[in-house]
Amino acid sequence: MTDSNNKWEYAPSLEGTSHIQLKEKYDLFIDGKWIKPSNNRYFDTINPATEEKLAEIAWASEDDVDLAVMAARKAYKEVWSVMKASERAKYIFRIARLMQEHAKELALIETLDGGKPIRESRDIDVPLACNHFFYYAGWADKLQDAFPQRNIQSLGVAGQIIPWNFPLLMAAWKIAPALAAGNTVVLKPAESTSLTALKLAEIIQASGLPAGVVNIVTGNGDTGAAIVNHPDIDKIAFTGSTAVGKLIQKSVVGTSKRVSLELGGKSANIVLEDAPIDQAVEGIVNGIFFNQGHVCCAGSRLYVQESIADEVVRKLKQRMQSLYVGNPLDKNTDIGAINSKEQLGTIEKYINIGINEGADMYQLECEIPSKGFFCRPTIFTNVAQSSVIAQEEIFGPVLTIQTFRTIDEVIQKANNSPYGLAAGVWTDKGSRIFNLTSKLRAGVIWANTYNKFDPASPFGGYKESGFGREGGLHGLEAYLK
Amino acid sequence: MTAQHNNFTTIPHSPSIDKVGVEERVARFQTRSIKGPSKMQGLSMVLSMIDLTTLEGKDTPNKVRQMCYKAQHLHDFQEGLPTVAAVCVYPSMVSVAREALKDSTIKIASVSTAFPSGQAPFEVKKMDTQFAIDAGADEIDMVISRGKFLAGEHAFVFDEIAAIKEICGAKRLKVILETGELATLDQVRRASDIAIHAGADFIKTSTGKIQPAATMQVTYTMLMAIRDHFDRTGKMVGMKPAGGISTSKLALHNLVMVNEILGEAWLSNEWFRFGASSLANDVLMQYMKQVTGKYQSADYFTID
Amino acid sequence: MNILKTYKIYIGGQFPRTESGRYYLVKDTNGNPIANVCQSSKKDIRNAVQAARKAFGSWSERSAFNRGQILYRIAEMLDGRKAQFIEELTQQGQGLESAKKEIEMCIDRIVYYAGWCDKYQQILSSVNPVNSSHFNFSVAEPTGVVGILAAQHTGLIGLVSQLMPVIAGGNSAVLIASEQLPFCAITFAEVLETSDVPAGVVNILTGSAEEMLPTLAEHMDVNAIFLSNVHAEMEKNTQLSAIDNLKRVIVKNDEWTQDSTQGISFISSFQEIKTTWHPIEQIGGATSSY
Repeated sequence: MTDSNNKWEYAPSLEGTSHIQLKEKYDLFIDGKWIKPSNNRYFDTINPATEEKLAEIAWASEDDVDLAVMAARKAYKEVWSVMKASERAKYIFRIARLMQEHAKELALIETLDGGKPIRESRDIDVPLACNHFFYYAGWADKLQDAFPQRNIQSLGVAGQIIPWNFPLLMAAWKIAPALAAGNTVVLKPAESTSLTALKLAEIIQASGLPAGVVNIVTGNGDTGAAIVNHPDIDKIAFTGSTAVGKLIQKSVVGTSKRVSLELGGKSANIVLEDAPIDQAVEGIVNGIFFNQGHVCCAGSRLYVQESIADEVVRKLKQRMQSLYVGNPLDKNTDIGAINSKEQLGTIEKYINIGINEGADMYQLECEIPSKGFFCRPTIFTNVAQSSVIAQEEIFGPVLTIQTFRTIDEVIQKANNSPYGLAAGVWTDKGSRIFNLTSKLRAGVIWANTYNKFDPASPFGGYKESGFGREGGLHGLEAYLK
Repeated sequence: MTAQHNNFTTIPHSPSIDKVGVEERVARFQTRSIKGPSKMQGLSMVLSMIDLTTLEGKDTPNKVRQMCYKAQHLHDFQEGLPTVAAVCVYPSMVSVAREALKDSTIKIASVSTAFPSGQAPFEVKKMDTQFAIDAGADEIDMVISRGKFLAGEHAFVFDEIAAIKEICGAKRLKVILETGELATLDQVRRASDIAIHAGADFIKTSTGKIQPAATMQVTYTMLMAIRDHFDRTGKMVGMKPAGGISTSKLALHNLVMVNEILGEAWLSNEWFRFGASSLANDVLMQYMKQVTGKYQSADYFTID
Repeated sequence: MNILKTYKIYIGGQFPRTESGRYYLVKDTNGNPIANVCQSSKKDIRNAVQAARKAFGSWSERSAFNRGQILYRIAEMLDGRKAQFIEELTQQGQGLESAKKEIEMCIDRIVYYAGWCDKYQQILSSVNPVNSSHFNFSVAEPTGVVGILAAQHTGLIGLVSQLMPVIAGGNSAVLIASEQLPFCAITFAEVLETSDVPAGVVNILTGSAEEMLPTLAEHMDVNAIFLSNVHAEMEKNTQLSAIDNLKRVIVKNDEWTQDSTQGISFISSFQEIKTTWHPIEQIGGATSSY
């Protein structure tokens, strides 16, 4: 009965890039101006989907960081901390509006520089980033209402270091609450994804925000260390790996700096036998393949109740067939490029570990571009809790699948990790949802959904996944005394 | 497939459905961007899958004859266009359509079982079906008894479908669930499973008389039922969303959904149909836009 | 001749001697020996953390109302044994009036936190209006096993002020008492034991902070450390040791004798915020789309 002449493939549907404006060379955004790095050093930022150079980015030295902190301190003392809160709010609102107006350009640059599919940067990253500014803008003149129990005060200068997986969104998560709470900012984007933060600097410049309130310094880990160790910074906010988070924590011990850390994870996604199974499969896909799996809260440890395990794995493999891997600029691409060659190497290393551990690997059979950094969506079955691939954060499109028999067993296994960032639960029974959501030791629990984010929703981890919350009323806490 | 091999008690458990999750999934299909040759191919497929429909109290033999002509001559100015898959009419109009379509490959589908409400004695429903077949119908579009279904009498619904399928014999039976009256996607899924196991060759969303009709959420739910049945038994069942699909964009999104859930095997009018009265001209206009590069006017596309 | 009492330690609801077999003698201001006190060891810390971990699950899942009842019971029991506590404080060299005042303050502070048990959640939690069809709420949950170094300069008020917000919030605790003023700590353990506090929720050790704190700070199964009035070097070392498993380290330097040294912030310091999402079916439903 099968007629095989009906094959219907989607022709490429590329988002045009002609109207975006990229400079050849980006300097540092300090005190409202573009400033050349003191040692005149620049590094290349490339498109991970083509390995082509996009622009040159300034490499901030310790002196440059010092300059930025001085500008931030001055702006804090003379302008931002003494400005009427409602005026502060209006500046943040204005930034949000300008970002919306530049949404398409921001999305394109995010995709070019970071490799994520244009569908995601257009529909998720950029709107969420704009909304974050909108959300926190409104808090600026209501801070005392947020914490009626105490007299709130801003902290001063915040040093903020962000990762490469959601470059613009993370910049928004950091800058918006800091400004709303009355602090000034020195932000360092990740080395491989500086461009949207620099575009944001242009937007901030255009918004008329007083000079020095937001400073953006680009560079590598040394630049980050200069921020962390700077004596005139009151607060360090970091999102990134647990290993670096611990180094930061170590550097600030003995100082009066406050720290908030949003670190790694190996989050459990749990499917019970009474789950809405097709939506669970969708949640599994969204949990691990969203943003190429470069998500700190990725649902990378899947636990499926044994009675439905075969069905779930079959449906998952089936669902994977309709994932398109390829050019991130194609509107139909579901899985874009891995962010860097280095990260691709890490992911491939773990895939090999999984194979050597004797787990059964399944990869989507699909063509991938010959240039650029790409990884096929990968799942491992026949995995044990003791497998390395089930314990360590891979930060790529690689899922481990374990089965379980009882709810107590899965709660124990889900919590059996140094991390505690997020977890997913899929079941049709309300009382069971509440049992699991209250017993899982993680900061974000998605019940019958996964990988949802919102400016009003606090995000952050238990245990080695960090401390402090970002988003919502609770997110203000990190920037207030 | 005949119903005798199944009975109501052998219908597998229907999975629960989270509607918000379905909405998110559907939104993903809607972000697919269909361009260039893919769009031409898609639009052409859509045309070939249409069940051109008139189901009105005021239907007359002349109205039906005119529609049958249009079915065979969608837009004669353009070569290479397909014809629609079928015309869909009331039983009393089947003989008129039969005469109008003569030897055409276009099928004649007749609604039956006291369409659209289904509120008639079982004997009447059987007679209704037999009458349509005797008049020359190739396909029967029956309605399920939604009242019985909602009252929990699922076995009754199953038996009714099985009995109508027996009358149909080799003629293909489409079972209309009237999803707008079933209210929840869980009910849509259960009704789909019942219809499939009772012997439906196609499952169909709606009569077109009740809103909402063929939403993508509902069609998605029914496609998943078909997918699960195929995975379990290796047997294909067809799908017909009907009612409310009047634009090319929506039709293409439906095709994307079929393509990604069921695969290319279902991408023919043997397994997928659109029940629609006004979709064809919108598709033709889009098609001609692709051919000519110019935006089209409705005045240049005939209404029958 | 007075009986020379030996104070034992409190682990998992039991009063064992230190497994090290070491003791130190506490003398009164005239240099007369008053009592022997356990010089606890690393292994006692290990046992105490084990007991605290075991007790954490059911203590944190107990109804908040029930936790409040138990805390209030502690206050009642302490009130009933006031005389002994006052005597112990004076034995250690505190003036009678000051001792009386301290114990009254301890009772008040316990009552204060008993009242918080079923209230702080409403202040720390929120329902978050997200821009999608989901119900989203954040609740406060206890951090886990908390290691407490009690303020060394007080016999009881520091200990009570640090311990109560920790257990009111559903955490379990391993507490190192004041080395020089240890009597009340152990007598307080007897109060806890007779107040329906489940075994292991509170564990109290006596001995040298210098010796035990590093073990507690390094312990991978301790989730937070609560320090009070320690010197900078000890604080720094504790902070460094805590990094390995990212313990939350809370430092509150205080006399603990003012009303301002109690409050919800002492509870929230040992809480994690958990945010839960769940879909809502109708809002933005399919029915309005086509």
